[in-house]
Amino acid sequence: MSTGTERTDTVTQGPELDLPASPDLLPKAKGTLPKGTAWGVFVASALVVGGILAATGFSIGLWVVLTVVLFAVATYVLSRVVEGARKATDRLVTVVVSAAFGVAMIPLVSVLWTVVSNGIARFDAQFFTYSMRGVVGEGGGAYHAILGTLIITGLAAAMSIPIGMLTAVYLVEYGKGRLAKAITFFVDVMTGIPSIVAGLFAYALFALIVGPGVRMGFAGAVALTVLMIPIVVRSTEEMLKIVPNELREASYALGVPKWKTILKIVIPTTAGGIATGITLAIARVIGETAPLLIAVGITTGVNLNPFDDRMATLPVFAYYSYVAPGIPREPFLDRAWTAALVLMVIVMLLNIIARIISRAFAPKTR
Amino acid sequence: MTTTEVTPTPRTARPVTQLGDRVFAGSAKGAGILILVVLAGVAAFLLTEAFPALVAPASELPGEHNLAVYIWPLLFGTLLSALIALVIATPLAICVALFISHYAPRRIAQGLGYLVDLLAAVPSIVYGLWGVGVLAPASVGLMTWLNDYLGWIPLFAGPVSATGRTMLVAGLVLAVMILPIITAVAREVFLQAPRLHEEAALALGATRWEMIKMAVLPFGRSGLISGAMLGLGRALGETMAVAIVLSVSGVVTFNLVSSGNPSSIAANIALQFPEASGLGVNVLIASGLVLFLVTLAVNMLARYIVNRRSEFSGAN
Amino acid sequence: MSKNIEAKDLNIYYGSFRAVEGVNMSIKKKTVTALIGPSGCGKSTFLRSINRMHEVIAGAYVEGKLELDGQDLYGAGMDPVIVRRQIGMVFQRPNPFPTMSIYDNVIAGMKLNNKRASRKEFDETVERSLRGANLWNEVKDRLDKPGSGLSGGQQQRLCIARAIAVQPDVLLMDEPCSALDPISTLAIEDLINELKNDYTIVIVTHNMQQAARVSDYTGFFNIEGTGKPGKLVEMDETKTIFSQPTQKATEDYVSGRFG
Ligand SMILES: Nc1ncnc2c1ncn2[C@@H]1O[C@H](COP(=O)(O)OP(=O)(O)OP(=O)(O)O)[C@@H](O)[C@H]1O
Ligand SMILES: [Mg+2]
Repeated sequence: MSTGTERTDTVTQGPELDLPASPDLLPKAKGTLPKGTAWGVFVASALVVGGILAATGFSIGLWVVLTVVLFAVATYVLSRVVEGARKATDRLVTVVVSAAFGVAMIPLVSVLWTVVSNGIARFDAQFFTYSMRGVVGEGGGAYHAILGTLIITGLAAAMSIPIGMLTAVYLVEYGKGRLAKAITFFVDVMTGIPSIVAGLFAYALFALIVGPGVRMGFAGAVALTVLMIPIVVRSTEEMLKIVPNELREASYALGVPKWKTILKIVIPTTAGGIATGITLAIARVIGETAPLLIAVGITTGVNLNPFDDRMATLPVFAYYSYVAPGIPREPFLDRAWTAALVLMVIVMLLNIIARIISRAFAPKTR
Repeated sequence: MTTTEVTPTPRTARPVTQLGDRVFAGSAKGAGILILVVLAGVAAFLLTEAFPALVAPASELPGEHNLAVYIWPLLFGTLLSALIALVIATPLAICVALFISHYAPRRIAQGLGYLVDLLAAVPSIVYGLWGVGVLAPASVGLMTWLNDYLGWIPLFAGPVSATGRTMLVAGLVLAVMILPIITAVAREVFLQAPRLHEEAALALGATRWEMIKMAVLPFGRSGLISGAMLGLGRALGETMAVAIVLSVSGVVTFNLVSSGNPSSIAANIALQFPEASGLGVNVLIASGLVLFLVTLAVNMLARYIVNRRSEFSGAN
Repeated sequence: MSKNIEAKDLNIYYGSFRAVEGVNMSIKKKTVTALIGPSGCGKSTFLRSINRMHEVIAGAYVEGKLELDGQDLYGAGMDPVIVRRQIGMVFQRPNPFPTMSIYDNVIAGMKLNNKRASRKEFDETVERSLRGANLWNEVKDRLDKPGSGLSGGQQQRLCIARAIAVQPDVLLMDEPCSALDPISTLAIEDLINELKNDYTIVIVTHNMQQAARVSDYTGFFNIEGTGKPGKLVEMDETKTIFSQPTQKATEDYVSGRFG
């Protein structure tokens, strides 16, 4: 969909260009820079900056930044002289926009690199098979936290997927009038709930039921459910809306009741899209830390009962290992990074699965 | 769109529907209503639990301050960090979105889009660890430079924090986190710009940048604003990155590079809640309520702008 | 199988807009009835009201009486789902279910309506319906392939097979050939000729020759102006409508002197 360079070329330089006679808008036929110029200028800037820095004290970051700055300036000046102001501005913007994209990629690369290089040290079998019960220094693992994350996220998914999907079905297939409007509006509101507030809600709810100071896995699941429902509703809604009405009518005309039409025709037609949306929703909440910190807390041992007492989860485990390490610090920090790495791997896997699902189902829907 | 099978005809008072239809429609409606109930619950339970803090005399509250005095620096920190993030992320996001929609070769544009989306997939705890472990030490040099040369601006007054755990760095981390959100909205908006206008501009001999200025940016302005607002909403509520990165002292200051910073509401809750008891919990929940209201207002504003835009584009 | 349809003073509404007014029509069993008329005069609306597909649209309803062999289709206690099982429908654009194979498309109606049947019965239904729709020879070797992989004309015949697989009494067709090439159109017209031995068929068409070729009776709908309701101007044997219609408007329309 992007306006690639190709299109620019064909439109402006097509053989039979039928331009209206407005000469002032046409580029003044000045010279053009030869094709390789950009690369040449770039290499030259890199060398110049490198040379200066070599004399004053070298730093990679500074080198890259100054090279890009010099490159932008040099390109602008050169183009301005040869091609005129308009072309020069165009080239300058191109450099700025491309550089912005490069800047945006820096944190991604840096985060990935940091997490992998720091986390790989303890990415071993022990990490996945041991809890922290009785561990004071080295060793130990996040077995208990991984189980906790799976249990809590699983519970959250089990609650939010049916509620979210049914709500989306209501909005698309049944809803008209005021109730539907209200639901749409409040789902929007829900999308904006900060995760920490969802945690406070879950705590407040269970504090009133069980008593103050309560911590339990289920409360965390409730908090995640609050965060997950609007995502599921939105994505399912989008997908249901894509299903052409003709299919519904074809089904009705066969004497199939509406509910069966929805379950057997509409949802299967867009199942891939819905599954993708749900997978991404799970990926969104599985890394949530704040609500679990509040509603679930942390323990050192395995706790499989979400209705009884604290549970460990990967993000909270990483958090506490990092901010409240024991002595010596290093094993704790290592475990924090490895927990972060495991979390990242899970999230990336979920994202990849989502893409695969959407690919696999895409062509069938015409 | 389809609706209910049956409509009141003058003759059939109660239209016939299948049992399955009634059950299914009922449960779909029930799920929708459940969401409304949950949301009402969120408001009600937060209010109930915040209430003791709202009515307690100042002498019983933490630090023996009145509640507003307790929350104000936190609110200030919340707004300041989110604002920094917004100021940094918005122009960057617009450029990134433009790059993907109009500059990158078409074949790889979608892949680049995925890359940016990956940024959104990174859990916030990871950003927090990265912020304090990598970005903070790495930006000490930058902040020293800012302090040396721009120190006369109150923002960079210093003294520069030696660890780099400053408001500026917290803002930077938040900027990275909201960048993909704003980019996604901006990309959508840019792709919706009418192709005909673009091609007309190019056919008149406009350069690519002139075309974007003429045909793409004006069309997307309100979309960009709402995208930025959504990002702002996210930055306001973001907890862990700020909680881990920022070294806090409860002051209210615009000094972005020193080690004395106000905390944010969300980060303060995360830091204090595990140890809090009694009235302390109620105070934290009250502050959470304030955060909820602020993000709600921001998000509503964003939606309002979006909706106004869709009305406009519908007319076109 | 095959039943008569009787419409008495039928008014059809979209919300407060009366789209069709005062239709009186009787359709005999085992005949083909063509409905013709200018665009927007309510042919589709009337056709969809016969099997109660009309009320699927929000706010849409029907006044008057519609009978299928004396059974009041809009009577109290009449379930629209039951009506639709007796009156099948084929749409303007072919719409096979994209997630289903050709085989599953044909038996979709049976399966979704919980008809218990053995594999053998399903096989027989599929073959009978596809043969009935003149599609069997073309697809018998790829029954497990997706229905959306067929050509437009084949898809439309698949949709006809799907409609007749549930053995309805009546078959409604709304411009079934307008998205098809002449050869596929011919195939479907031949099919209609065969199908009328078993079914009552009502077909909407914009193609006058088609109406003349396939139908025994023709009804001409007209509309006085935008915003006015459409009306059935006249209905008679197709021969009569095309050679000596009683109404001036009909004559103008069938001879191409309309508007
Ligand atoms: N879903 C709807 N909501 C409101 N009005 C409708 C709807 N569908 C059709 N109408 C109106 O009802 C009238 C009859 O429409 P209908 O589709 O029955 O015409 P038609 O004779 O089938 O036309 P065509 O030959 O173009 O298919 C038209 O004025 C149309 O605008
Ligand atoms: Mg029609």
